[in-house]
Amino acid sequence: MNFEEHAAKPLLAARGIAVPAGALATTPDEAERVAARLGAVVVKAQVPTGKRGKAGGIKLAATPDEAKRHAQAIIGMRIGGHQVRKVLVEQQLPIERELYAAVLNDQSSQGPLVMFSSEGGMDIEELAATAPAKLRRLSVDIRHGLKPDDASSLVRGLGLGAVEAAVAEVLVKLYGAYATLDAELIEINPLVITRDGRVVALDCKFVMDDSALVRQREVAATGTPDTLTGLEAKAKTSGLKYIDLDGNVGVLANGAGLTMTTMDVVRHHGGRPANFLEIGGESYTQARPALELLLSNPNIKSLVVNFCGAFARTDVMTAGVIEAIQALKPRLPIFFSVHGTGDEEAIKLLKDKLGVTPLPTMDDASKAAVDAARRTAS
Amino acid sequence: MIVHGADRVIVMGITGKQGTFWTEHMQAYGTKIVGGTHPQKARTLHCNVPVFATARDAMKGVGFDVAVLFIPPLMVKEAALDAIEAGARGLVVLTEHIPVQDVMYFVAAARERGAHILGPNTAGAVTPGECFAGFMPAFNERIFRKGSIGIVSRSGSLGTLLCLNVVQAGYGESAFVGIGGDPIIGTTTRDALVALDTFPGTEAVVMVGEIGGSMEEEAAEYAKTMSKPVVAFIAGGASPPGKKMGHAGAIVMGNKGSYASKRSALEAAGVTVIDTPSDVGAALHARLRH
Repeated sequence: MNFEEHAAKPLLAARGIAVPAGALATTPDEAERVAARLGAVVVKAQVPTGKRGKAGGIKLAATPDEAKRHAQAIIGMRIGGHQVRKVLVEQQLPIERELYAAVLNDQSSQGPLVMFSSEGGMDIEELAATAPAKLRRLSVDIRHGLKPDDASSLVRGLGLGAVEAAVAEVLVKLYGAYATLDAELIEINPLVITRDGRVVALDCKFVMDDSALVRQREVAATGTPDTLTGLEAKAKTSGLKYIDLDGNVGVLANGAGLTMTTMDVVRHHGGRPANFLEIGGESYTQARPALELLLSNPNIKSLVVNFCGAFARTDVMTAGVIEAIQALKPRLPIFFSVHGTGDEEAIKLLKDKLGVTPLPTMDDASKAAVDAARRTAS
Repeated sequence: MIVHGADRVIVMGITGKQGTFWTEHMQAYGTKIVGGTHPQKARTLHCNVPVFATARDAMKGVGFDVAVLFIPPLMVKEAALDAIEAGARGLVVLTEHIPVQDVMYFVAAARERGAHILGPNTAGAVTPGECFAGFMPAFNERIFRKGSIGIVSRSGSLGTLLCLNVVQAGYGESAFVGIGGDPIIGTTTRDALVALDTFPGTEAVVMVGEIGGSMEEEAAEYAKTMSKPVVAFIAGGASPPGKKMGHAGAIVMGNKGSYASKRSALEAAGVTVIDTPSDVGAALHARLRH
């Protein structure tokens, strides 16, 4: 789950990392009032995505009136597909230098990775390209955490001068935030050194591990849930994973790998998948709501049902699909491919209840669905 | 990690519905189940084997090599650490949605103790004719038959489909290794490839990958050094690009992770990459004829 800047910064502040004074505003008048209190400010669009500056969503304001006008322009803007509904109004700081700091889950080392650069402010991709020598990485053993000595070594020799120790301390605190908040990624970019020698987090990007939301309920409540389409939201309430795509061949399969593959095979045979819909794992009992969901998508002209049971029992999934078909009596053509755990029972069910025989392979079923969609479309 | 018929296996969470169902299947297939665990049900019998409070107690009581975990997500870390501390050679972690930092913790502990972890989010491992650990349909003869093809898969359902196609093409499996679909897993595609390369009776390897991460690219590096043929299917070519990837994550991965990147890395390493799982038989025929 993504956290917007205004929700992420208090999490840093609570752990002793300095952030600029500021407040959230949902109207231009509110922004003006905050600016009147703080002096020269920055007005920052609050959306769960990067590149806000490039999109014109971050503006400096010298006066409360200017802050109001900027807020007026920014609220209502669309940035990266998100509508801006609020701005963070923060005090401007006298910046001496910009740094970069992050902790994230790293696949190759199978543990946390601390990244630090004595240059910050731009994208990490850009940093890595323009100043690779200044980007430092440290893999951490999660059982022991980031030791103060290791943090000191990481920032040494980069010309940080008097604030070197303070920067190392921020890294240790940032690691603490990463560990206690179940972060997938927590990034301060830029981490600034002010002209009066303070170390302040000017921005913060925080992504929480979705699997940890259940034990982070209080903090998770301040995050920004993904923007879902109507069908995607409906799927979520049934515990299903559904993603809208732009094709016309509906796909229902079990397991993420098999579902992706069914989409691949539909495309391989010249068709366009209409969706990703997985009923794997524990949700294999949800075949009926899954099919109901698919049938409510008006773009679908044909459907391929591809089950290959390992943990998920194909007879249970097939029974759910049959129930939904009997209740909704869909008119579109449906093609089945059923293999694995429970397949004999499943095939018998299809014969007895629907008079249908599954096709021998998923290629056969996918190809039949692609051809049927083409016939209906023309 | 490959399971052997001689491995003594305990089932952690043996008394639950899924634990019971799959323990019975494993026993019927020939897996040597020697015990189970449940914190409140020690000193009882379940599925005809003794139940212990912890894996450490099971090690003292009956001794075991492999622990199969049927444990809810938030309790897996403690159970896995228990099994590792007990001295397990291998752990099969089936659970999906375990917090990633918990996974990193027990994977680090396992590495230190020399224990192998399959998963999380795996369907397990099968050695046809000997045993299986997890929830794979090992007992279905149209899917698993003793043979010479080693299979490694991130996905249980898709791996099952590839097994079915391999058997339909007239082959059988020497071993199936499900490594799991989570971002951080204990056994990587490369690790499994190394294990299958040296596993007796294996003449070719089928690798079932997915878009995302860089495991297939890393496995390709090893495939270059193999004399056995490798056939790969990579799922996700038609999937829209990942929705959620932090900047820092993207840079760690570089440009690795896309379908095109995986396919070209594998092909450059001499791996035959197939377009659909149904092509696996033809690809194996072509590669094994020489």
